[in-house]
Amino acid sequence: MGKTATLFKGAKKFFIEIGDLSYFGARFFKEVFKPPFEFKELMRQCYQMGNRSLMLVTVTGFIIGLVLTLQSRPTLIQFGAVSWMPNMVGISIVREIGPVITALICAGRIASGIGAELGSMRVTEQIDAMEVSGTNPFKYLVITRIMATTLMLPILVIYGDLVALYGSALVENLKGDVSFQLYFNTVFDALSFSDLVPATIKSFFFGFAIGLVGCYKGYYSKKGTAGVGVAANTAVVMASLLLFVVDFIAVFISDIFYEL
Amino acid sequence: MSFNMTEPDQITTSNESAQGGKAVIEIKDLYKSFGDNHVLNGFNMTLMEGENLVVMGKSGSGKSVMIKCLVGLVKPDSGTVKVLGEEINKLDQQTLDELRSDIGFLFQGSALYDSMTVRENLEFPMRRHKEKLGVVSDTEPLVREALENVGLAHTMDLMPVELSGGMKRRIALARTLILKPKVILYDEPTSGLDPITSKEIIELMRSIQKKYGTSSLIITHDVDCARVISERMILLVDGINYAEGTYSQLSQSTDPKVDAFFKK
Repeated sequence: MGKTATLFKGAKKFFIEIGDLSYFGARFFKEVFKPPFEFKELMRQCYQMGNRSLMLVTVTGFIIGLVLTLQSRPTLIQFGAVSWMPNMVGISIVREIGPVITALICAGRIASGIGAELGSMRVTEQIDAMEVSGTNPFKYLVITRIMATTLMLPILVIYGDLVALYGSALVENLKGDVSFQLYFNTVFDALSFSDLVPATIKSFFFGFAIGLVGCYKGYYSKKGTAGVGVAANTAVVMASLLLFVVDFIAVFISDIFYEL
Repeated sequence: MSFNMTEPDQITTSNESAQGGKAVIEIKDLYKSFGDNHVLNGFNMTLMEGENLVVMGKSGSGKSVMIKCLVGLVKPDSGTVKVLGEEINKLDQQTLDELRSDIGFLFQGSALYDSMTVRENLEFPMRRHKEKLGVVSDTEPLVREALENVGLAHTMDLMPVELSGGMKRRIALARTLILKPKVILYDEPTSGLDPITSKEIIELMRSIQKKYGTSSLIITHDVDCARVISERMILLVDGINYAEGTYSQLSQSTDPKVDAFFKK
């Protein structure tokens, strides 16, 4: 009985959270097209999120490219298929690994950052001060951040893909005497429009999910400094989980199109 | 309205204490609960034009909730809240925002925007109210004037993290003044400050009131602050205005609940 009650309570809490997050998302769509528009703040957020994530995405992408190639090489040699390396790495990075890894990195860096920043603004009454001064804090703080993550993530994903491919090409160049030009020509020959478009589209949704969860957790952070930590922490966990759900839906839908 | 007072001749209701001027804030039968916690249970209050009214109460007695109801940050369960003749809960967002430019709010923890310089902090409220201020592009003179009023003109390009607690409070006051409000609401203006800085802040509040003729509602549990600044006081106990009068009237009361505030 006790376990059932706990389970029921947990399920209820989960659905309330989903409901609140959906309401928060609906409010975003309701207010995003209404003036006044905070372009200056949007640009500032784009710069903050894009520029400050660049080094992390560079290092991660490069290592992913290196490791994927180093790990796959012996197996492909065993089957006499090492010439397929650029095709395999290119498609797997562009379609799946690049967007998911970059999004996870950004969920860790950006969602927690937004959660902590808005959480601390809530706790120190800065959001209330903004509202009292006649500025809509939802437009100024939330819409600009969600827009920035939605716009910047696809750019970071494309950049991360290129860096990962460069890492892979470097391994092939050093270990297999394949020139960079030949490697990239093979990769781009193997890639088709149907690889790039779904991956880019889902990156927008990844960015939206990261911004939405980060803002939601921070904006409704409970009072107290402990609440800020909880907001940052749960923002990362929830954003990461949501990324996999979005990824599953995106892959499921694009798979239908592949079969047509 | 009735009060459980031992010296009824000294204590009056808020309606009786009206000083014959124009009421800038009127609260009638204000109720607010958070779950089972009934914070305000029919609170009544009137602030007259140019008056300094202090509302005192214990921590958690609902002072901050009451003051937040005045600017629409908290929605009451029932009751009417009128500020400058407008009923707050019946206003649409745009009218409420316009009205808010006439209400200054000094937050307990200063609430300066961490990511902005002092100058940007002061410019921020002006973004939506430039027509009221008659400023087209150059906000510098207004920012400088507001900072000079609090004696911190040299801090214009500093970040809030570089300021002391007292300086933050003064900058927050400057930010409150920049829209030239008719009413200023102070939420615990001296909390967390040392006695000397508290005294400076109180002096600053008095000089601002003198200079601009604003009406002030001060929420505090600092008896010294109340003694120096109040023209009239209300004691908020159990969610109601338990007692009302001047500092000297209330401090001489023999009612145990009133006396508890003034015991050293």
